[in-house]
Amino acid sequence: MKFGVIVFPGSNCDLDVYYLVRDILKKEVEYIRHDAKTIGHSDLIILPGGFSYGDYLRSGAIARFSPIMAAVADFAAHGGLVLGICNGFQVLTEAGMLPGALYRNNHRQFRCEQVYIRVENAKLPFTGAAKRGDLLKLPIAHGDGNYYVPPDQLTELETNGQIIFRYTDQNGAVKAEANPNGSLGNIAGACNRAGNVAGLMPHPERAGTNALGSEDGLVIFNSIISYLQSREVA
Amino acid sequence: MIEQPWRQLGLTDQEYAMIVDQIGREPNLVELNMYSVMWSEHCSYKHSRSSLRLFPTSSPRVVQGPGENAGVVDIGDGWAAVFKIESHNHPSAVEPYQGAATGVGGILRDIFTMGAQPIAFLNSLRFGNLEDARVRYLFDGVVAGIGGYGNCVGIPTVAGEIYFEPCYQGNPLVNAMCVGVMPLTRLVLGKACGEGNLVVLVGARTGRDGIHGVTFASEELSKKSEEKRPAVQVGDPFLGKLLMEATLEAVQENLLAGVQDFGGAGLTCALTETASRAGTGIEIELERVPLREADMLPFEILTSESQERMLLIIEPDKLSAVETIYRRWELALAVLGRVTDNGMVVICHQSEEIVRVPADSVAGGAPAYEPESKEPDYIKELARFDPCSLPPIIDYNGTLLKLLASADLASKEWVWRRYDYMVRTSTIQGPGGDAAVIRLRETDKALAMTVDGNGRHTYLDPYKGGMLAVAEATRNLSCSGAEPIGITDCLNFGNPEKPEIFWQFRQAVEGIAEACRILEVPVVGGNVSFYNEVEGTAIYPTPVIGAVGLLEKGEQQCTSAFRKEGDLVCLLGPQRVALGGSQLLKSCYNKVAGSLAEIDLEMEKRMQALLRQLIRKGLISSAHDLSDGGLAIALAESCISGGLGAKLELAVSSCPARELFGEGPSRVLLSLNKNNIGQALKMAAQSAVPLIELGMVSGDVLKICSGGDLIINLDMPIMKDAFEEVFTWIMQ
Repeated sequence: MKFGVIVFPGSNCDLDVYYLVRDILKKEVEYIRHDAKTIGHSDLIILPGGFSYGDYLRSGAIARFSPIMAAVADFAAHGGLVLGICNGFQVLTEAGMLPGALYRNNHRQFRCEQVYIRVENAKLPFTGAAKRGDLLKLPIAHGDGNYYVPPDQLTELETNGQIIFRYTDQNGAVKAEANPNGSLGNIAGACNRAGNVAGLMPHPERAGTNALGSEDGLVIFNSIISYLQSREVA
Repeated sequence: MIEQPWRQLGLTDQEYAMIVDQIGREPNLVELNMYSVMWSEHCSYKHSRSSLRLFPTSSPRVVQGPGENAGVVDIGDGWAAVFKIESHNHPSAVEPYQGAATGVGGILRDIFTMGAQPIAFLNSLRFGNLEDARVRYLFDGVVAGIGGYGNCVGIPTVAGEIYFEPCYQGNPLVNAMCVGVMPLTRLVLGKACGEGNLVVLVGARTGRDGIHGVTFASEELSKKSEEKRPAVQVGDPFLGKLLMEATLEAVQENLLAGVQDFGGAGLTCALTETASRAGTGIEIELERVPLREADMLPFEILTSESQERMLLIIEPDKLSAVETIYRRWELALAVLGRVTDNGMVVICHQSEEIVRVPADSVAGGAPAYEPESKEPDYIKELARFDPCSLPPIIDYNGTLLKLLASADLASKEWVWRRYDYMVRTSTIQGPGGDAAVIRLRETDKALAMTVDGNGRHTYLDPYKGGMLAVAEATRNLSCSGAEPIGITDCLNFGNPEKPEIFWQFRQAVEGIAEACRILEVPVVGGNVSFYNEVEGTAIYPTPVIGAVGLLEKGEQQCTSAFRKEGDLVCLLGPQRVALGGSQLLKSCYNKVAGSLAEIDLEMEKRMQALLRQLIRKGLISSAHDLSDGGLAIALAESCISGGLGAKLELAVSSCPARELFGEGPSRVLLSLNKNNIGQALKMAAQSAVPLIELGMVSGDVLKICSGGDLIINLDMPIMKDAFEEVFTWIMQ
């Protein structure tokens, strides 16, 4: 099983994902450059956090044109798992691989802190190790995390179970005070209709050991590993 | 009569005569511009150089002391820590966002220029009173700028300090520090080594921003300073990150003979300093510098401070390999010229030689002044003030809450949650504690780091203030369990040509030097920022100490939060405290006066060594430095961060206010399991350091009795609200 981590100019959390996979999950992992034409032999693609192309123009707006993105889209079209974290989530929405858009945080400030998110759909490759309603304590670090979709699309996302995570307080209640950026419906993560492409603003790769404040991020990575293993067996 | 051109460029008649003497002729205007920037206070340290020699700069660990882009300290097993602090005060006073952002970008380049991977940023900030709308604008802009650059380049901002005093109203202080690590074998210096090697520029195009930025930084601020906005540079963190990645890759491949960051004085500084350090010369063709605006004049190209540029010295046969790496990061190289052996910097422009100057003269020929020094009158007058003459405190609860909610002491979470302090997943102790701790992935080690300075203390007693700053910075490291291995200093003062200001400077330097000597911690680099004055009024003398410490085992680190119900709460260190210069006097009596507590540096050293030993042996649960606001504030902070209350009994005192809020060095608040107290007391006795039991961690209320009277009785939520909500409220 091999994880592929895309590196755009300006990616920052590529190494955080890399070390989590190598040192904690003990799986194979490789960097894939933005100018590569193929994704090689990876079983899962992660678009990491950071400021691809400086987030100039708009977060993720330039990175979506990188040569590697065509290969990522092709991989996803054939059922491959793609996870976008923070800036990676922004790139995936800009690329049209995920619904919605990520606006400036409603308070106009960058925000770095621990938040709680609630698992809304536990039947996905990214959440299989959790139960619906489980809370994960994960850090956020972003200036553009204010998720928006038009009302009609929101209904569709809700009906299809495409909303994966919502920000809550530490008791699991969806509240305005627990919303760190103004996201519509406290949405912290969403996926495509097929459920194989997902994005979230919080950083599960920063929550892989209690030495850093939480290991709840492992739930997401362990879900992915179980899913890929079951697929290998099948 | 037309004013002499050198005077307009900030050089004195005497300095001009020295230049003529050193080069044996009158310099032309381009050369004069180069001398002007390099002989500015900012670049030449002409008023501080002779004092800075007092600092101890070596230890068995020091690999590179002051004089390079950053200091380098051996941390064992083939690894080195690299760090430096620098001021960006003047630019931030005019354009807070870009001023602060480029301060961060500049210090970042200083670190990776040495070949080190940057791992953390720190900063020390001073502003005026937040009731002033412009101060709020400066504060918000500086914080946004620090975050804007640091977050984008993906290096965590992990610690800092912020104080607010009226003296910084028009002249905020923005001191940025960066820490990096590297295998020792990767060290690269800013030297133009090897005759025939290529001199190469990489990074941003050169524009008209920041021209004469260093001369701007070497004069007092005034109403006209707003007109100097063009002297402020503009940062591009994305480009900064690409430069960092590419340069570190080229260093790793051993392809670079020398690297120099473009800082103050731009190309002029990079050329003359690298040649001077190596004892070589450089010849370049100026039209090869990629420009943003085609019609720039030679002197503009040579003094521009456009950001995100580096000078590389490359052996000719390695050029194509270097080019390949930089191209992968979408960066193009411009070969400007070659290293020569004649000690001269020669610059041609459109086939005409326009500059021929000795590198040593431009980079190192500036005079070293011994300015006149005179003790200011206020010193003795303020020292006479007796805090006991003030009306006694009636409501201790209210006083503690007032201090917790003062801008100086209140939680700075409003600030640091705007910085990514977690990226690189190595921050095992983030902002808000005594020191930040960053684990080093390839080893078991961790580095602790902090910045500390107290302008109020240094104002009242510059010599003691200098000592106290070093003592506090190293104490903060020891509280995390780390052994201090080096400091970098940022000395922020007024106009050194005024005898009273120079006296403050000299006294503070002597105090810092003395503390470093006794505590055995070398100064490996730093920065002096003079002329921090607005309309003739100076800031408090504000030396800021950036300190780095080593934990052999990162997992042994200690934090300041109370951890277990039932743990004993103890005070380690002497009882000696004073209310002079204290936060209590400032916040509750609006007074900055009195004498500071005495400091016994030998006691400080013994106490810190003992503390580290207690932490290594796992005998204590928490350690928290007692500083601003004294024992009461330290207690409240350990309670709030741990979510646990405490019950204490203080000895009968004639002045409970001094016991609670008095400030003094060498003191640390500990909590520990009661089974460990015996051993701790034994170790303390062996080290001749007082250790007294004050009470225990308990419940969710802070209760302090003095001579049987319950004088503090505060619920956690009340303290938490006072401590945590201040900035959200002020900055709305």
